[in-house]
Amino acid sequence: MFENIKILFHQGKQYIPDLTTAKVPGIFRGRPIIHNDVQVDEQLLVDLCPTGAIQKNPLSIDLGKCVFCGECAFAAPEKIKFTTDFKISSNERERLIVREGDDRPIQLNPQLIRKEISRCFSGSLKLRQVSAGGDNSCELELNACGNVNFDMGRFGIEFVASPRHADGIVITGPISENMAEPLQICYDAIPEPKIIILAGTDAISGGIFADSPALNRNFLNKYKIDLFVPGNPIHPLTFIHGILELIGRIK
Amino acid sequence: MIKHISIKNNQSISLHDIPVLKYDDFLAHNTSLLKEEHHHCVNYFGFPQERKLRLICCIANDNEHTILVSSSLINLDSTLPSFTHHHLSFHIFEREIHENYGIRYSDHPWLKPIRFSHDRYDRNSKIENYPFYKIDSEELHEVGVGPIHAGIIEPGHFRFICNGEQIIHLEIQLGFQHRGIEKLFLEKKKLLQRTILAESIAGDTVVGHTTAFVNLWESLCGFKVGNDLMFSRTLALELERIAIHTGDLSAICNDIAYQLGSAVFGRLRTPVINFFQIWCGNRMAKGLVRAGKNNFPFSKELGNRLLHLFEQYEPDFKEMYAEFKTLPSVLARLEKTGIVTKEQAYSIGAVGMSARMSGIVRDIRMTHPHDLYPQLHHKPILKHHGDVYSRTQIRKEEILQSIDYIKTLLKNIPEEDKSSQKLKSPSANAFAISLTEGWRGEICHCAITDEKGEIAHYKIKDPSMHNWLALALSVRNNEISDFPLCNKSFNLSYCGHDL
Repeated sequence: MFENIKILFHQGKQYIPDLTTAKVPGIFRGRPIIHNDVQVDEQLLVDLCPTGAIQKNPLSIDLGKCVFCGECAFAAPEKIKFTTDFKISSNERERLIVREGDDRPIQLNPQLIRKEISRCFSGSLKLRQVSAGGDNSCELELNACGNVNFDMGRFGIEFVASPRHADGIVITGPISENMAEPLQICYDAIPEPKIIILAGTDAISGGIFADSPALNRNFLNKYKIDLFVPGNPIHPLTFIHGILELIGRIK
Repeated sequence: MIKHISIKNNQSISLHDIPVLKYDDFLAHNTSLLKEEHHHCVNYFGFPQERKLRLICCIANDNEHTILVSSSLINLDSTLPSFTHHHLSFHIFEREIHENYGIRYSDHPWLKPIRFSHDRYDRNSKIENYPFYKIDSEELHEVGVGPIHAGIIEPGHFRFICNGEQIIHLEIQLGFQHRGIEKLFLEKKKLLQRTILAESIAGDTVVGHTTAFVNLWESLCGFKVGNDLMFSRTLALELERIAIHTGDLSAICNDIAYQLGSAVFGRLRTPVINFFQIWCGNRMAKGLVRAGKNNFPFSKELGNRLLHLFEQYEPDFKEMYAEFKTLPSVLARLEKTGIVTKEQAYSIGAVGMSARMSGIVRDIRMTHPHDLYPQLHHKPILKHHGDVYSRTQIRKEEILQSIDYIKTLLKNIPEEDKSSQKLKSPSANAFAISLTEGWRGEICHCAITDEKGEIAHYKIKDPSMHNWLALALSVRNNEISDFPLCNKSFNLSYCGHDL
């Protein structure tokens, strides 16, 4: 017992006090900025991108397709810069596209948030996670959301074991053909009202797997997606911040 | 007559140099090699050639540090005697050949689908109709778990046959994670796309799989790898080992409801993966390893930060582990739980921690060293009980060993190699093999190129391919309530297996 208390004392405070103003360490690749006063060969960047996230006229990066490899920023460092802004979640697919000259935060579109979400879930949100072809990196980061550093539980947001106890589903991975049916069964088992969150580039667009015939993404055509969380993998802060905005804890 | 060609790790050879044997000789030769303990099969696969199937078998010789490659050309509608009948460790490879190409085996004991890949031979074989083993008895009952599990983990189905609380048999059905990665390696033509694919094989082993890929690619292209690249890869592999092992210790504590251990080990992982972010911008090290170049050269300043990190990590880690291992309530759950004997581990061809926990010396860092491992003179950490506690102890000791290795590496940080050596295209009609010791065990990538130098076949083997069977064996006669703990103590990859 004494030893345990000593260990607790040695740990000190490990949690991040304010998740909304936290800074990520190092050279994190978050929201990119494309400068419009620099001329580059745009086609070169389009051809370079491994997942077709870069389009030209005007030059843009779709964060729903981007795998955040950063190669475009190495090829044209004056033109494209990835900032450490981790607040890149949105509930509108279109808002994940960053165009030349854009330098404003990515936010949710309040018009599109269903009214029942803040009414039912602002104080408590229980989520069921389904990995459908996810490579275990987003899954590790979702686990990290609940650890002592990020401590998502302080907002009443938790992952639960049974879909019957859940208010929504968090999907990772490009949705493999072999997981299409289990995903549907899990979603059907969640009581209404319920939300759908896509975590990670693979889930949002298929990412590098987008053209694979081994996927079955029909599930996504059937329902409204309440939150897109880009990243490869997602950063825990991106995820938590996105959800807090969705349930109305951050305006 | 030459029965195999003997090559080194990360060597590429002409495809024509691989001897083609008659199937009977091919079988006799490779199965007789496995009678000696210093041989084990690192990869065995088929690839279509001239309307036939070329089977290629790669056996590692741990004493001579070589890989013995042989092949056989068979008809696509063949029924063959199996390697598995002679040595069980071939079972997974022959099941894969059967599933992908429809080759039948006359004496394979367990010829079941392994992942229901999209391009499987029999499209009528469906994942919902997997042929589970059954025992007819009034006393026994079945428990099905998954594919979706209680925690945030990947999907897979576990079917237990139990006598009361005791597990008689466990069958593991995988394939839910299949994304068709090996096919995409052929279809995606850009090197960057293939590198991103390699990073996504298993997102918890980004450095391991990507290192295997780039070493293979550079070998095919005849690229001379500089010291700075080898330094970064070796350091990143050891750092990945520290991060995941620490997280696993946290998860093991969680599964035995030891809250303090779970919290402390969990938070100790954070600065380690954050260091990856400081170094390369990603907590899982995606973006770090690239063929023929290094976007994030390692600096003296980074070295100092890492040393500072270890100064803080080590005392906290040691203090926590020292307390953890003295608690009777902890030891009661870990000791003698989930045992795999040395004989079992050897017969199924276990690799990595799952081999070393039972006293088998199997570690690519020692037997087929790549990058800077030759100068580290790695000595594998061995345990002998094969239980959950052995797997826990290995993690703890490997973490401390990896910290030592990194400190050794940091004494001599190489200058960035600025000579602009260009990466050429891969040589034509070549075969290359790359072995890497990831934190989970031995990773093997093989590639074959066509007459234009394009990839004609790409084969990935994650250590989990061998080790899932070790988990199934370990839980026999254990209580079903110990299953989550056993599962976590192996921490195998679903997506690495399903590809």
